[in-house]
Amino acid sequence: MQKKVFQLLVDNTSGVLSRIAGLFSRRGYNIESITAGVTADPRFTRITIVTSGDDVILEQIEKQVAKLIDVRDIKELTATSSVYRELVLIKLRTTPEQRQAVIAIADVFRANIVDVAPDSLIIELTGNLSKVDAFISLLDGHEILELARTGITGLSRGSDDVAYFED
Amino acid sequence: MIGADAMIQCLEAEGVEVVFGYPGVAICPFYNSILNSGIRTILIRTEQNAAHAASGMARMTGRPGVCAVTSGPGATNVITGIATAFADSIPLVCITGQVISELLGSDVFQEADITGAVESFVKYSYLVKNVEDIPRIFKEAFHIANTGRKGPVLIDVPIDIQNAALSKFVYPEEVNLRTYKPTVKGHAVQIRKVIRELEKAKRPIICAGGGVLLSNAEQDLRKFVEKHRIPVVSTMMGIGVMPSRHPLYYGMVGNNGRAYANRAMNESDLLIMVGARVADRAVSQPGLITRDKVLVHIDVDPAEIGKNAGPTIPLVGDAGNIIRDFIEEDFECEHEDWLRLLDEYRVSMGIKRNPNPAYVDPAAFITELSEKMEDDSIYVADVGQNQIWSCTYHIVKNGKFFTTGGMGTMGYSIPAAMGAKLAAPDRQVVAVCGDGSFQMSMMELATMRQHNIPVKIIVLKNNYLGMVREYQHYTYKDHYSVVDLSGSPDLEMIAAAYGMGFYRLENMERASEAIDTFLSSAGSMLMECVIDPMDLVK
Ligand SMILES: Cc1ncc(C[n+]2csc(CCOP(=O)(O)OP(=O)(O)O)c2C)c(N)n1
Repeated sequence: MQKKVFQLLVDNTSGVLSRIAGLFSRRGYNIESITAGVTADPRFTRITIVTSGDDVILEQIEKQVAKLIDVRDIKELTATSSVYRELVLIKLRTTPEQRQAVIAIADVFRANIVDVAPDSLIIELTGNLSKVDAFISLLDGHEILELARTGITGLSRGSDDVAYFED
Repeated sequence: MIGADAMIQCLEAEGVEVVFGYPGVAICPFYNSILNSGIRTILIRTEQNAAHAASGMARMTGRPGVCAVTSGPGATNVITGIATAFADSIPLVCITGQVISELLGSDVFQEADITGAVESFVKYSYLVKNVEDIPRIFKEAFHIANTGRKGPVLIDVPIDIQNAALSKFVYPEEVNLRTYKPTVKGHAVQIRKVIRELEKAKRPIICAGGGVLLSNAEQDLRKFVEKHRIPVVSTMMGIGVMPSRHPLYYGMVGNNGRAYANRAMNESDLLIMVGARVADRAVSQPGLITRDKVLVHIDVDPAEIGKNAGPTIPLVGDAGNIIRDFIEEDFECEHEDWLRLLDEYRVSMGIKRNPNPAYVDPAAFITELSEKMEDDSIYVADVGQNQIWSCTYHIVKNGKFFTTGGMGTMGYSIPAAMGAKLAAPDRQVVAVCGDGSFQMSMMELATMRQHNIPVKIIVLKNNYLGMVREYQHYTYKDHYSVVDLSGSPDLEMIAAAYGMGFYRLENMERASEAIDTFLSSAGSMLMECVIDPMDLVK
């Protein structure tokens, strides 16, 4: 099993997300995360999917997704030649005494405190997967009340493999 | 002009001559407008068969078959037919009526989310939201259905859209699908690699699938293999790529195929799969076809290549284009010893049956029937033991053989034969089914009568769901469960009720004259062949 990040450029038709999600569930492929958002051209949506499987499955995923009529482009975002980012919001239970320690950890990770309540606070962190995971593990000992992750989105470095919009 | 008129004009622009369907209020505007056109409507007796009939027609004409049904239950009834066409890669355009757009999603009477329901069985689907989109959507639908790997496309049209006024109708000349551009031309480098392997190979073989028929490339394949004397086997969907008695054809592969065909495939040193999926029923052990041999996989659908077996040389493109490219290549190959060996296998590994003389022997009967059928006749096989016997013993001359190898939907043969007959009224069309599958489509005898579609039907009657009984025989030691077809109607009375000719054949003694009578009868005819209920295909 290995993990792969695929980036899709799709036509912004109604039902396109359900077609993609349906394909994954029907064929038993894993989705670890999926993010979608409109591109600079509102006719297209960019989707980032983190998935896992063996080589054969990953090849099938790429081919089956490419086959969907709405999918204009699919490419792998490799770790070495891409930038990944994920946003995470963490609501921690914090007594006033604990607060300073938490803020100190957050500072190291350049995370922001975006909400403070008498017994809790919300931290916002952006980073790649390992940074987010490392941060969460450092919070061990604090009670996480709620955690929301967006899943990663990414872009490949440089302009070599840009799929240009056309009319 | 309203949306419904536009829909009909689109069909006319696509050269559609027949629409199979079943009405309901939600599709009534469409069926009202169709009266102003030259398009023939066939009122099928259940919606599933509208898709099967359209499939039979598509397989004859090479163009998408069209069916049109109402919303809700009409749409859900057609799903099995759509799924069958999808599994068999048959191009269809299915039009469904839908409730008023505004009410969509509110569970009103006869609303079904049909585009959602068929998602995994269609190449694509549309829910029309704006009447002005009709020409573009129809143009795209026909294009998508009949290009690349063919398959069904569904268009769901709410009734208010069918009734809405259209400002102007322009049928697009071309489709503009940014995201859909199937590769049809084979890659020159890959083609040359295949030729180099053919030059080296001592035991080459081609395994041809339905894709060869779908790209209308039978003649090209024949020309190519005759030129280089390359032996051919086929999958079930590929039956008919070569005449059955062609010296270079060695039968159908697979777990229900010919032993010598499987052996030929396994012992080859170069296996060229063309337009075949390497599906489980054809190749039960994909490991065997990659071991000790060079595997070339040619398919228009890149996702099929490497799905079940990793080929040495993948080659994406349309089978016909690629075979024609092969023909252009100048090369020699020499493997007469291999052909001699295969001929020996063909003789020594033939099937030895021990038919019960008290009954009609399906093997001998089907062989004799097909020998007597016209040279370009169309044989449509249903599903069950009858299908396996048909695949094994039917002799294709220069005609066609249709069956559903991908989905194996019982009841396919009669509606599909009707579609084929409508497409080729001058050709002999025979449907062969079991008594179970016959009863799944028996209602279409009325359609045949009403619309004068003289298909000939053979029922191999064993009073069992034979294929399942055979499975229970082997797997559960004759512990039969829900396979007894007692209560089935008297077929002679059924034939009389529908005004059809009838013949009952009880053993082989008079088979020859029975077949003559059956084939020479003017209209449609039903022939019942009483076969041994305990007969086995294996
Ligand atoms: C719609 C559908 N339901 C169930 C099956 C499972 N099935 C496969 S073969 C078969 C029996 C077919 O019986 P019959 O038509 O009498 O043909 P026979 O096998 O006796 O030749 C059944 C039930 C199927 N293929 N299709």
